[in-house]
Amino acid sequence: MRVAIVIVLLVIGSVAFHFLSPWWMTPIASNWTELDDALIITFWVCGAVFIALNLFLAYCVYKFSHREGSKATYEPENEALEGRLTFWTAIGIVIMLAPGLIAWNKYITVPDDAITVEAVGQQWQWSFRFPGEDGVLGAVATEHISPDNPFGLNPGDPWGADDILIDDGFGELHLPLDQPVKIVLRSNDVLHNFYVPQFRAKMDLVPGTFTYIWLTPTRTGEFEILCAEYCGRSHYNMRGLVVVDETPAFEEWLKEFPRFGQSDVAAAAGAP
Amino acid sequence: MTTYTTIAEDTRPLHHPKTWIGKYVWSQDHKVIAIQYSLTAVGVGLVALVLSGLMRMQLAFPGMLEFITPDAYYQFVTMHGMIMVIYLLTALLLGGFGNYMIPLMIGARDMVFPFVNMLSYWVYLLSVIVLMASFFVPGGPTGAGWTLYPPQAITEGTPGAGWGIIMMLTSLAIFIVAFTMGGLNYVTTVLQARTKGMTLMRMPCTIWGIFVATILGLLAFPALFVAAIMMTLDNTIGTSFFMPAIISNNVALDHSGGSPILFQHLFWFFGHPEVYIVALPAFGIVSDLIATHARKNIFGYRMMVWAIIIIGALSFIVWAHHMYVSGMNPYFGFFFATSTLIIAVPTAIKVYNWVLTLWRGDIHLRVPMLFAIGFIFTFIHGGLTGLFLGNVSVDVPLSDTYFVIGHFHMVMGVSPIMVVFGAIYHWYPKITGRMWDTMLGQAHFWITFLGVYAIYLPMHYLGFLGVPRRYYEMGETAFVPESVHLANVGITIAALTVGAAQLIFFYNLIYSYFKGRKADPNPWGATSLEWLTPDTPPAHGNWGPDLPKVYRWAYDYSVPGAAQDFIPQTTPPGPDETPHDH
Repeated sequence: MRVAIVIVLLVIGSVAFHFLSPWWMTPIASNWTELDDALIITFWVCGAVFIALNLFLAYCVYKFSHREGSKATYEPENEALEGRLTFWTAIGIVIMLAPGLIAWNKYITVPDDAITVEAVGQQWQWSFRFPGEDGVLGAVATEHISPDNPFGLNPGDPWGADDILIDDGFGELHLPLDQPVKIVLRSNDVLHNFYVPQFRAKMDLVPGTFTYIWLTPTRTGEFEILCAEYCGRSHYNMRGLVVVDETPAFEEWLKEFPRFGQSDVAAAAGAP
Repeated sequence: MTTYTTIAEDTRPLHHPKTWIGKYVWSQDHKVIAIQYSLTAVGVGLVALVLSGLMRMQLAFPGMLEFITPDAYYQFVTMHGMIMVIYLLTALLLGGFGNYMIPLMIGARDMVFPFVNMLSYWVYLLSVIVLMASFFVPGGPTGAGWTLYPPQAITEGTPGAGWGIIMMLTSLAIFIVAFTMGGLNYVTTVLQARTKGMTLMRMPCTIWGIFVATILGLLAFPALFVAAIMMTLDNTIGTSFFMPAIISNNVALDHSGGSPILFQHLFWFFGHPEVYIVALPAFGIVSDLIATHARKNIFGYRMMVWAIIIIGALSFIVWAHHMYVSGMNPYFGFFFATSTLIIAVPTAIKVYNWVLTLWRGDIHLRVPMLFAIGFIFTFIHGGLTGLFLGNVSVDVPLSDTYFVIGHFHMVMGVSPIMVVFGAIYHWYPKITGRMWDTMLGQAHFWITFLGVYAIYLPMHYLGFLGVPRRYYEMGETAFVPESVHLANVGITIAALTVGAAQLIFFYNLIYSYFKGRKADPNPWGATSLEWLTPDTPPAHGNWGPDLPKVYRWAYDYSVPGAAQDFIPQTTPPGPDETPHDH
């Protein structure tokens, strides 16, 4: 009896906790409502199963606890029942999986009108690079990295001359409102992860290769970047900031930053 | 010279050791080895428990304990995780329960390779010593996180990147050697040394779980082994298996062309089956606890066995669901999300069948049964939250948040530990010949069960909010409200309470060992062979002169017309009886 009551109370308590606790997804600031929707569908399907299974468990414990003279029913198996349970479980799985896969397909498919920006992680700060008017990020390599060339741009690559470099130590990135943006991710040292809770999107930065996410900011404001892949002793301090602006303000902000072509490294290499 | 057609027919007496050292130290008796494994695993597990308490102190009261620097915190995180998963759970469930139960439950005198079995324990002990020694090397143990992802695991920005990581990788390699010796033994024993009449489909679920888990281990651990060797080579002689050209501390390292993601594939090719290496023995054991204490056969035995086998097989094709946001080829997401959610079907069937075993049963709410019910509850919770993380796009916002911590602690921390406790209470009378104290057992259960839920339920919600894991402190973060700090304080209080409650458990076991009431040889009225030994605790060789003979499955409880509510496996069928069989 006591055990059954506690299980029922735990179920009620869990539901109450869900509705009363102040913690839930932060208000979204990107287009990724599909991710939220897939999560909500999963939440309700799983929540219903959680409640149903545990209440049935409580019922069994209450109803079939040993009493003087009680005896268990002998029933080795019940194939029909097992078949039905398997079938309905599979249906539940499909209900959750389908929206998940559809959302994933969209998540990895960058729209054609997306602008590009690169986010670079290095223990334990963020810097950013816009491709400039040509829309192409110049080639980079670890061997070019130096105090004068923190991005490791290849001075011989003409595509890099108009790249706009944002490396002010604050890790602040501005993005234009309602404009799809592909964020190319690159690390100079170890794994990092570009994570803005309000954007939902998330991806590791992997040294030696490039990764990406894309999103469309849907409201203006300031949103913190947190590194979400453990990257050493100051992992918890690897913060940055995304500021979503109206387009004119964004363009005004972007003008403040130097082009790679203006740098001493590029000049020394005689870049165009 | 006599020839024997099967090991089970070999009735020659074992070589009995004469000295105390031969009996209890260099012992080849599977039961002594099991106790050695268990005590070592629990001992090192206590270290990990203390580490988790220290981590919780830092999270609830940042900076209060001055010795918990960021370096120390990450070292605690790493050692806690690795110890709990490998050196406690794997060693306890297979080296401990596997060793004790396999020969007894299948009616053998011992493992088929007793000497290798002994060696397995001593090599395991060596791996534990190497691991513990890493606390005392220059720079301390590795703080790379239990997943040990390169490049950071071996670069300067990570604590313990010098000696610590070498000690860790060495210890893992030694552990795998130990596991392989034990594992080959368990598999061979189950296949070759079953007594007459013990067909595979008459084996208790406990043996099925341990058997399949051991096979998984034998196939999965080599991936970790090679990963450990490769990373050691990267770290010491400058190879570049996992190391691309990178900067560390403003200096370009002399590596190029390696792939950090390759390590992750190797790690999780081991790491995901590892979840089931822990879970399957727990599944098996809990099935037997439920059946015995509900006086009812495990519901759908055949389905339960096949579910274990199917889960084991599928566990090898789901590993990359740990890597959805790792930067691997994004198209893998479709495959691994699908395979992962498929594995939920046989897992769900197991849950249904546990509950359906209780349904119309005759449930005795003894302490082992309480823990079994606690397992069902926590496993339902942990299993369902796995569907969030397995479903690729739902994983995106949740990965690397507290939701993940809540999930995996519920599913592979708390729920297997529930089974471990239940199993210890269940078999303690057989192992020691004494009964434990019921009141203390119940107190231990209620504090532990309710306490762990208070710890981990809120973590899922911190994860929904987006609080990232592996943060030494949150500091000022706009989206994290002050209430999260309160949650952290509450979680820490619950964690310390649960940790302290384990003293009740140890007190109960130690006190009862000396002062407990003498136990009946079969106090629960169980059917399986381990309860039918001539001596309690079982003597060396287990069975006296004759091996038991098996006539039926292990689940003849409450059979209509039978005199008692259980029929031991050794009871021949009556004249009008057709025993249930497969």
